[in-house]
Amino acid sequence: MVAAARAPHAGWLADALAEVRRDPRAADGVFPLAGRRVGRDPLRPGTDPAGVVHGTVDDAARAAVVLALDAAHRGDAQRLAEHLADLYREGDTAERRGVLRGLDVLTLAAGRDLPGPLVAVGRDLAADALRANDTSLVAAAVGPFAAAHLDQHTWRHAVVKLVFQGTSLDAVAALDERADDELARMARDLAAERRAAGRAVPDDLARLTAPAPAADRGPGADDPGGFVPAPTRTAETEEP
Amino acid sequence: MRIFDPHVHMTSRTTDDYEAMYAAGVRAIVEPAFWLGQPRTSVGSFVDYFDALLGWERFRAAQFGIRHHATIALNPKEANDPRCTEVLDLIPRYLAKDGVVAVGEVGYDAMTPAEDEAFARQLALARDAGLPVLVHTPHRDKQAGTRRTLDVVRESGLPPEHVLVDHLNETTVAAVRDAGAWAGFSIYPDTKMDEHRMVAILREYGTERMIVNSAADWGRSDPLKTWRTGMTMLEQGFTEDDVDRVLWRNPVEFYGQSGNLVLDPVPGFVAEAPPAPATFEGSSVLRGVRA
Repeated sequence: MVAAARAPHAGWLADALAEVRRDPRAADGVFPLAGRRVGRDPLRPGTDPAGVVHGTVDDAARAAVVLALDAAHRGDAQRLAEHLADLYREGDTAERRGVLRGLDVLTLAAGRDLPGPLVAVGRDLAADALRANDTSLVAAAVGPFAAAHLDQHTWRHAVVKLVFQGTSLDAVAALDERADDELARMARDLAAERRAAGRAVPDDLARLTAPAPAADRGPGADDPGGFVPAPTRTAETEEP
Repeated sequence: MRIFDPHVHMTSRTTDDYEAMYAAGVRAIVEPAFWLGQPRTSVGSFVDYFDALLGWERFRAAQFGIRHHATIALNPKEANDPRCTEVLDLIPRYLAKDGVVAVGEVGYDAMTPAEDEAFARQLALARDAGLPVLVHTPHRDKQAGTRRTLDVVRESGLPPEHVLVDHLNETTVAAVRDAGAWAGFSIYPDTKMDEHRMVAILREYGTERMIVNSAADWGRSDPLKTWRTGMTMLEQGFTEDDVDRVLWRNPVEFYGQSGNLVLDPVPGFVAEAPPAPATFEGSSVLRGVRA
């Protein structure tokens, strides 16, 4: 994710990141400008032409800004968390996606050890994004942070919402690891509802109706905040 | 016919309108911040409105293949309510956002001291942000209001080519053109201006620095009035190039001064096909599109 932003617009972004590392408030000016400076192209145009599922070049640039902010706040997780909340609340949709994708990058770096204030703010922001109707914002709220830190009820509803809005479940980090019997039931009920109405059943529902055996699901699937994203998914998220 | 509607309040319109606009050739629009039918009473109400213009409405437009931009301002009517004027402190933050192509609508409603203050202050914000300005001219006492508007713009030191003075008619167009500003016309079913009067004005004054919009909103209005004006121009002897200048190149040149227009096609949008599904809990913007 972060590497993708560096290639074609290295100059502007490198300068911006250096400035943010010197002065964290510089991020407030960099965030709204990123789309105009690095572009808004999808990271994986072949399968995701609108950049909804896997994000856009400006998402990646803003995620890099969040990493730089982490350095700038020198381990003060409370201040970083408050700063991210400001950037989200004062941001437009793209800036909000940038905060969420930045939390994903921080999660991948920290794993289970993401500091408490960041987990708390991240849960609030993800909950806000999951109430939105903009497909790109919802899709940005189901990445590695959500996989690691959303409670199971919230996470299931997020997954079903993606199906509703027609966004590929490829957007969901650790889908197979976290999917459970209750999610399968919700998916079966939705499929039945669609069939009863004579409407098409989204293909992605089939990915939810056959969950992996419980033994493969990893520890803490029903335990809020207890899941670390699988390494394979980690690698994918960092790809351009 | 490709159409850029430089003034349309889509928040008040339906998805049928978006579909009809796309079919008529509308590919990009600007939605100016303005008053709603019900007066606002707090700054928070503006914040949610501005966020909706830059967020939800842009998303909604993109579902129908249309690029949505906004102008941001405290409008003159609500500048008279002290509960609302604190929003002026928040406007610089919005002027830095993607897709904000001007300060507007500013100007006069009842020509009060509070309106003077908000107008002058927002012209200064536009100068600081390097953005053009969309100026509303009043419904009542329009000629005096337009003259006073042009005086305030002159005193602000803004270059006149950064200013679009809107809702003009036969009695106000000459003063705006003489001042060097852009002249805007809102084509309504039966009030401000209609397409036949508009074509007569274009014949008299030419097509340079002339901008036509539907200004469609929550009142009696028609988002296809831009297209109808283009058709009327063609019927009355204007060329396709003249129509393209008035309905596309002129507004693109004016708002392009912001450096913040996005005019490439919406990625992933395929014309003539049902848009990609986007539904949630029955409140979808595309409800009913899918089989």
